[in-house]
Amino acid sequence: MTGDGATDDRWFDDAAGPVVRPYAMTRGRTRSAAEDKLDLIAVVVADRVTPGSAADQTLSPEHIDIVELSRDTPQSVAELAAELDLPVGVVRVLIGDLLHAALVRVSRPVPPAELPDERILREVINGLRAL
Amino acid sequence: MVYGHSDPGRSHIIEPVTLKILVAGGFGAGKTTLVGAVSEIKPLRTEELLTEAGRPVDNIAGVEGKKTTTVAMDFGRITLREDLVLYLFGTPGQDRFWFLWDELATGALGAVVLADTRRLEDCFAAVDYFERRGIAFTVAVNCFEGADNYPEESVREALDLDPGTPVVMCDARERESVKRVLISVVEHAMLATAATS
Repeated sequence: MTGDGATDDRWFDDAAGPVVRPYAMTRGRTRSAAEDKLDLIAVVVADRVTPGSAADQTLSPEHIDIVELSRDTPQSVAELAAELDLPVGVVRVLIGDLLHAALVRVSRPVPPAELPDERILREVINGLRAL
Repeated sequence: MVYGHSDPGRSHIIEPVTLKILVAGGFGAGKTTLVGAVSEIKPLRTEELLTEAGRPVDNIAGVEGKKTTTVAMDFGRITLREDLVLYLFGTPGQDRFWFLWDELATGALGAVVLADTRRLEDCFAAVDYFERRGIAFTVAVNCFEGADNYPEESVREALDLDPGTPVVMCDARERESVKRVLISVVEHAMLATAATS
């Protein structure tokens, strides 16, 4: 930022407030290359054994939390965000890092632009009736 | 679709198929109550940070000095089977957060528009939104105690609904009642799928 012609980015000056803290965890990144795959209900699974992940100096405590949380129980992006009490945008960037490092996998069974097929819808109806 | 590296040795972890249904409606219509009535977890909250960049300029009056806003979305989870999980997302009520709806609506199985007959106009925008995007929705009329019991026909007329759109009377606090609403959404989505294929 030059300070000149700063009218457009004035919102991001030192008074920008709490936005700075969460995105400090992402080192200022607000987008992830993987974010189109990281729908709120995309499921994140960590490998059961991720050798050395805890000792990996490039990982933040939040990265490690995500790996730990999704180790045995697959977690949706929304659940991880709620559990870590972080904005969804921040969690997406962190998951993107872990994907890149092959420490987690993300499954997205139903492509976001399509409705699930009739068989799955029928199973949902049966499941709801049986609740 | 699975990506990232894979290893057949981990196949015992079941990765569920996840689906979502949105719950829209005006402020105080009972969205979180409805989610809580069927969710197996206490409704959780996710937040999205907004900055000045994302805020319409005409809304700054009265919030001078506030640079960021947090939009909360409450959600619940229903595990239908070990490998089939349904999430319910309450949509942010305020009109200025419509852009967040697009993300929520992407890939949604369908939606519930929760209507309070005392403030029916509060759900006009949601009805319009789902109609425009071709998302299957059911109007659930939350029968609050003390609220007049409107006949289905007058609700349908007041909201100018398409003839195929289901209208269900419900009590957002009652699990069985909410189950019926959700089943109606999925049945409607199924008809919509059949009609387009």
